[in-house]
Amino acid sequence: MSPADDVQLTRPQFVGASVPRREDPRLLTGSGLYVADIKRHGMLHIAFRRSDHAHARIVSVDKAAALAMPGVVAVYDGEDIARLANPYRATSRMKNYQPTWIPPLAKGKVRYVGEAVVAVVAESRYLAEDALAHVGIEYEGLPVLVDPEASLADGAPLLHDDLVSNILAERAFARGEVDASFASASVTAGGRFHFTRTTPVTIEARAAVAEYDRRAQSLTLHCTTQIPGIVRDKLSEIFDLPGPRIRVIAPDVGGGFGAKTSLYSEEIVACAISRDLKRPVKWVGDRMEDLMATGQAFDEIVDAEIAVAADGKILAVKADVIGDVGAYSIYPWTATIEPVQVVSFLPGPYRIENYSARVRAVATNKTLTGAYRGVGRPISVFVMDRLIDMAARRIGMDAAEIRKLNLVNDDEFPYKAASGLVWDKSAFQACLAEARRAIGYDELLAEQAKARAEGKWVGIGIASYAELTGVGSRIAVAPGMPINTGTETCNVAIDSTGAVTASFGVASQGQGMETTLAQVVAEELGVRVEDVRINLGDTSAVSHGTGTYASRAAVFGGGAGTLAAKAVREKIVRVAGHLLEAADEDIETGGGNVWVKGTDRSMTIRDLARALYSDMGRVPKEMRDEIDNLEATRVYDPFFGTTTSATHMCMIEIDPETYRVAVKRYVVVEDCGRVINPMVADGQAHGGVAQGIGAALMEEVIHDASGQVLTASLVDYVVPSAVEIPSIDVIHVEAELPNTVGGFRGLGEGGTIGAPACVANAISDALAPLGIEIMEIPATPERLFRLIEAARG
Amino acid sequence: MSDRIAVEITVNGTLYREAVEPRLLLADFLRETLDLTGTHVGCEHGICGACTVLLDGDSVRSCLTFAVQADGAEITTIEGLGEIDALGPVQAAFREHHALQCGFCTPGMLITVTDMLQKYPLASDAEIRDGLSGNICRCTGYEHIVRAVRSLVAKRDAT
Repeated sequence: MSPADDVQLTRPQFVGASVPRREDPRLLTGSGLYVADIKRHGMLHIAFRRSDHAHARIVSVDKAAALAMPGVVAVYDGEDIARLANPYRATSRMKNYQPTWIPPLAKGKVRYVGEAVVAVVAESRYLAEDALAHVGIEYEGLPVLVDPEASLADGAPLLHDDLVSNILAERAFARGEVDASFASASVTAGGRFHFTRTTPVTIEARAAVAEYDRRAQSLTLHCTTQIPGIVRDKLSEIFDLPGPRIRVIAPDVGGGFGAKTSLYSEEIVACAISRDLKRPVKWVGDRMEDLMATGQAFDEIVDAEIAVAADGKILAVKADVIGDVGAYSIYPWTATIEPVQVVSFLPGPYRIENYSARVRAVATNKTLTGAYRGVGRPISVFVMDRLIDMAARRIGMDAAEIRKLNLVNDDEFPYKAASGLVWDKSAFQACLAEARRAIGYDELLAEQAKARAEGKWVGIGIASYAELTGVGSRIAVAPGMPINTGTETCNVAIDSTGAVTASFGVASQGQGMETTLAQVVAEELGVRVEDVRINLGDTSAVSHGTGTYASRAAVFGGGAGTLAAKAVREKIVRVAGHLLEAADEDIETGGGNVWVKGTDRSMTIRDLARALYSDMGRVPKEMRDEIDNLEATRVYDPFFGTTTSATHMCMIEIDPETYRVAVKRYVVVEDCGRVINPMVADGQAHGGVAQGIGAALMEEVIHDASGQVLTASLVDYVVPSAVEIPSIDVIHVEAELPNTVGGFRGLGEGGTIGAPACVANAISDALAPLGIEIMEIPATPERLFRLIEAARG
Repeated sequence: MSDRIAVEITVNGTLYREAVEPRLLLADFLRETLDLTGTHVGCEHGICGACTVLLDGDSVRSCLTFAVQADGAEITTIEGLGEIDALGPVQAAFREHHALQCGFCTPGMLITVTDMLQKYPLASDAEIRDGLSGNICRCTGYEHIVRAVRSLVAKRDAT
């Protein structure tokens, strides 16, 4: 028998195809299982009383009245939880870093509005919330630090008594002759940039269900996490439980974007209470809790300057960064993750020989900051690409031409950027050229000139960036972290029914990994995509795994999946060679079948599994001893990681009456290496751009002088609806593939990295006749009104 | 706690007779009382639209509606739009166009689209985006959702 008719031997068969997602039927019919959907017999519900002070001493907590409320089973404060859970903090080997202890429930002091202080446990969520108001907490106010510059000043009150200052981390970079370059430059430009605080806003708020099993004396935590492995490993320490007695599962998770890449207090509290009461407990965060107690981001002040020669060549850049990291150094990433990335990525894809930068991560009385899509790089690109446009305007050079001149050329790779990062190779120039073509740059310039002549505020924006994705063990995702983010594991197993299961340490929050990873495994193994069951988001899947963050899952999951599937295929070929009486090199696999090339001798993989596992006699003992089973586990370490790059271009128009910015056109041209599923890849870019447009135009977490959050609802923290987002064109440039297994680059974050700079440049371009440069985002109508009024005198 | 009130609510064609607290949200009635967890709660203040259901044919926020307000009404939820092995037309279009990622906003989105397809011409992308503006999706950037709706409009108008 030759291969079944539906098997095409053209490779690749699945990688590169827009395979419809396998997770969709359940998600489209309300059959998904999110943490909030989980119910258990005897389950109790937790509600948190949160701090309404930004900084205060907790004088006393009175639980009696709450305990007397109907349905209330228990009430816990910070002292109670401290007896049930070991203390923890996010350590780092980075010099000049100060970790902070993170109490799961505030102990002694509260340090931000929204910090969890007391947990009420009741028979229903309604009853638990009823009792919250009856918890008596007496506070004594402490000086509130809202402004990071005040917080880092000498003599500022200390947020943590055991630290020497509020500066949690400090780092400096320098290369080349910065001062001399500035002295010799024909043009310099710069100033103070401010990327205000944002928050990820997953539509599913965070949630946790903890179940203590008396019989096995074990804990199972279902939670909305991107990092089940990291959470499991830390909970094992916090509760002195070995791995087999603590399992963390991320079922269907409703968006992550980095928000769910940290260990959260509520997860620890839920586990502690379930173990203490020996009952299942559930906490589902509401939106106000999410807007006050989920890791926030992008809160950076950057004083930066660029020095440029008369021909447009960038001579030097310098930057001084203050990152407002909030009240604690988040686990596991530490307070360094965003501010340090701002300076390490600031030179971007440009040839910049002379660079100096300093960064300080400063604690304030605000919500912790953590990872949010792009981490640091949206700020780097905002600053760098704004600087380039400001300089270009001064020397009268076109925005695309100055980028073309300064982007690293193909023949310069690998290129060591001024901050020390190495770009392996990526289509920097090709992305720019293709973006110009795709958006019709010359026509757009003509269109703009015409609109400008009619008095309209129309602008064109460009931003080019590079990011490291699939970062291997050579460098950590955040500097000096003691956890390993540089490897990932896959186990591929064919069981005695012939079914294929591929298990991973990564987790999915909407990226479609049950489809894309199945495409990769099916491709290597020679089975159909629908034959591969993907098992992820569960710490019982593999011995070690960390999760999905930092645009790593396609590179790591795809790489480990490829290696493991290849190893299993080799075993299949060995067994098939025996059963079909052929040499191994004559065996082919495809569509779930194995056959001898050019003959009609064939069998199903199901029959092959039966022959090996069950029908004793069909495979000799020696071969069974050698093959062991149709299973392989492989760990993939990309070591360096690889460079994803893109150019974004857009056109905007500002309404002269309302000062609202409308994004009219948007094009993304990206090099993310070999595309596994173009439809899924496009969706990642669209979503990332939408979040970047949100950050550029509307999203801002606002605190008043007393540290109160003024944006604790979605009425006040405005995220884009379909009306604010334009149609987005995405073009993939598959240039020379990187040296990663499979040739994949990461692409999850890119959209958000490029869009804020692109939109800010377009607005500045629109307002160039008024001499306005956008230095602070979001460029809300109010900010634009003030800028334009001031410019008009 | 107030006394419970008897309600009769038809959900996806099945009549349920329950006694509920007056303060019980329709979203919690569906999710907790009836175990229809396909309706999601994203903000509990009427902005995100994840909890949208049809009440007597109109899309409403089930997080801003009390269960007692639905007494005597007919509710359609995501569970009423199709089966996992037999997707309804709106569900199928969303799958074909990759109009969902994490799936959390999707139930409300599907209900809203079902409603708007019945009521509005949706002759342009601008009208489609306007119709979707009460439902926030944080994953897709809306592009593929707009394409899915466009395909549904074309199909609707062709027949």
